[in-house]
Amino acid sequence: MNIGSIPQIDLLKTIQNEGVVFQVAGFTIKLQSPFPEVSKNIHKLYSDYPLAEQGSFIDFHMKVAPPKGLRRWYRPQVEFHLDGFRPFKPLPQDQAYAMFEWSLNWCIANHMHNYFIVHAAVVEKEGKCIIFPAPPGSGKSTLCASLVMSGWRLLSDELALVDRNAENVFPIPRPINLKNASIDIIRARYPGAIFGPIIKDTAKGTVSHLKPPATSVRLASQLSRPAWVIFPKYQAGSITKLEKKSKAQTFMGVAQNAFNYTVLGSEGFDTLGRLIDGCDCYDFCYSDIDEAIETFQSLLDSK
Amino acid sequence: MDISKNKLAELLRSPEKMDQFNLSDWDVIIRQARASNLMFKLYHLFEQKNDLGKVPLEARRHLEASRHLGANLHHSVFLEVEYINSALKCIGLPVVLLKGAAYVIKGAEAGNGRLFSDIDILVEKNHLPEAEKIFKQHGWFASNYDEYNDRYYRSWMHEIPPLTHVKRDSVLDVHHAIIPPTANLKPDTSKLFNCIEQVDGLENVFTLSSIDMVLHSAVHLFQDGELEHGFRDLVDLDALAREFSAQDSSFWEKLVSRAQELGLQRPLYYAIRYTRRFLNTPISQLGLHGSEEGKPSFPKLMDFLFERALMPAHSTCDDSFTALARWVLYIRAHYLRMPLSLLLPHLIRKAYMKRVEKNKAATAQ
Repeated sequence: MNIGSIPQIDLLKTIQNEGVVFQVAGFTIKLQSPFPEVSKNIHKLYSDYPLAEQGSFIDFHMKVAPPKGLRRWYRPQVEFHLDGFRPFKPLPQDQAYAMFEWSLNWCIANHMHNYFIVHAAVVEKEGKCIIFPAPPGSGKSTLCASLVMSGWRLLSDELALVDRNAENVFPIPRPINLKNASIDIIRARYPGAIFGPIIKDTAKGTVSHLKPPATSVRLASQLSRPAWVIFPKYQAGSITKLEKKSKAQTFMGVAQNAFNYTVLGSEGFDTLGRLIDGCDCYDFCYSDIDEAIETFQSLLDSK
Repeated sequence: MDISKNKLAELLRSPEKMDQFNLSDWDVIIRQARASNLMFKLYHLFEQKNDLGKVPLEARRHLEASRHLGANLHHSVFLEVEYINSALKCIGLPVVLLKGAAYVIKGAEAGNGRLFSDIDILVEKNHLPEAEKIFKQHGWFASNYDEYNDRYYRSWMHEIPPLTHVKRDSVLDVHHAIIPPTANLKPDTSKLFNCIEQVDGLENVFTLSSIDMVLHSAVHLFQDGELEHGFRDLVDLDALAREFSAQDSSFWEKLVSRAQELGLQRPLYYAIRYTRRFLNTPISQLGLHGSEEGKPSFPKLMDFLFERALMPAHSTCDDSFTALARWVLYIRAHYLRMPLSLLLPHLIRKAYMKRVEKNKAATAQ
């Protein structure tokens, strides 16, 4: 049974009371929140995600709730709790849904050191995936959203979970976090795309979450072999340019974008080495999305 | 207090019970272990017994994830101790490690699976100025310097403000005693120094003697009021006592008489009472009788408080009095460490500064 099969009003009640327990790819999470805004968007963007069975082991007990005291009413705020622990400062209350998304990223990146975790978007076609490691502002999410809306499978928009032998990337498809101008670009290109709320004045500017395709969610247990590591860079007015990048530079670039490279110590070094050895590495500069999609299609065809 | 809510303690007491646990039990155990910073410890205990395979996969991967954090920390502790050593060597002082780092470097069982965030060392008070100077030259500086805090630490505390290394970000706590000089208990630090033991294979690196290590752990837990990691500290005490009493048949006798010598009978009483209560730590008759001397005037009341406060800081372990118990013990710890004439102005200032900072943060938004 999927989240979408529960009537919205029942989901609201569940999330407000005991919390909803559902499956986000390989992770079981429980979410509690009194905010109708949060459950409304869970219903909308997570409708294809399966509910967990009764008595499941829960990886992360998450709660998104107002703080104690005055800030419940006066310039209301929202806080994230991981099982009683509050890792972040409160945010303005209209960012409640985004806080859930960011907190779930944090939960995975800070706890699941069984994986080598890179801040990267990952998309797949024909069993081979591209890892796009990039700092915020590089146009990674726009590129990822466009590829996913034109037939590539979404593995993740934020977290590349690479196994220790660097043979597989574990999918964790979730709503894609688009920022500022890219929200309108994707909306205009793909009129059927479903978005969460537009949230203004966040630390990342204006953000909105794009619902992932149902097929990507359904195939979440299907691992993918990393074939390319490509550093994307959106540059207004630039021509589309795909350039080979040296393995050594790629290694350093991925290490800089990894969440747990230092935690994993020498094992992290080995995993990253194997990953880079097995992949073709490029720098990619673009401004035209159609050309970008074409580039990756011909890259795939040439392999 | 229903201490059976502490599933983690149940597992530590009787590991064979793991066969009966279902996924919901494991859910609670992993959460309690995370809240009390014992995930890596749990990993170690299973691994040592070759029992990891018996833990359901869903729970096991959280234990395995903590192994990476722990392995990385333990690796860096040895390097960090080397750096500290090369600084102190310049002025001819020994490195005397305390708490977590000491357990790990000594190779004590308590160190296996132990996580900690800073390294604690003991320096004789008259050598503090030169030690601080040499640490500064080697890149350690006081972090978040604040004049009031600095003065507070230097006048009333048993340690100087924590030092952070500019390049490695590692934190060093330099103590000159194991308890604030204003506290009711006054163990003589020079007596501790007289019994320090060199770490095998590490020149100029020392730990307290086994006996003093146990007493320090007890003092830290039962006088300090930092009870959010209380259960973790109790697990330390249990491991230290089990290991050292197995190595030395007169351990309990020595422990009791050393506690008398240093005036630490009260923390020893609590240590013995609650390790036994929560973790079934085997204590000899001599230890039990000997520690009675430190029995408090209201043992029932202290049971009421400590049985709550020493549980993992997690909702599955709380009852309606847990928050109150932790608060009372926090106040008690402050009261024990300084007379009211010092304590009240300090607490008022702390409360006031907290408000000021909160308001600052609120207006900044």
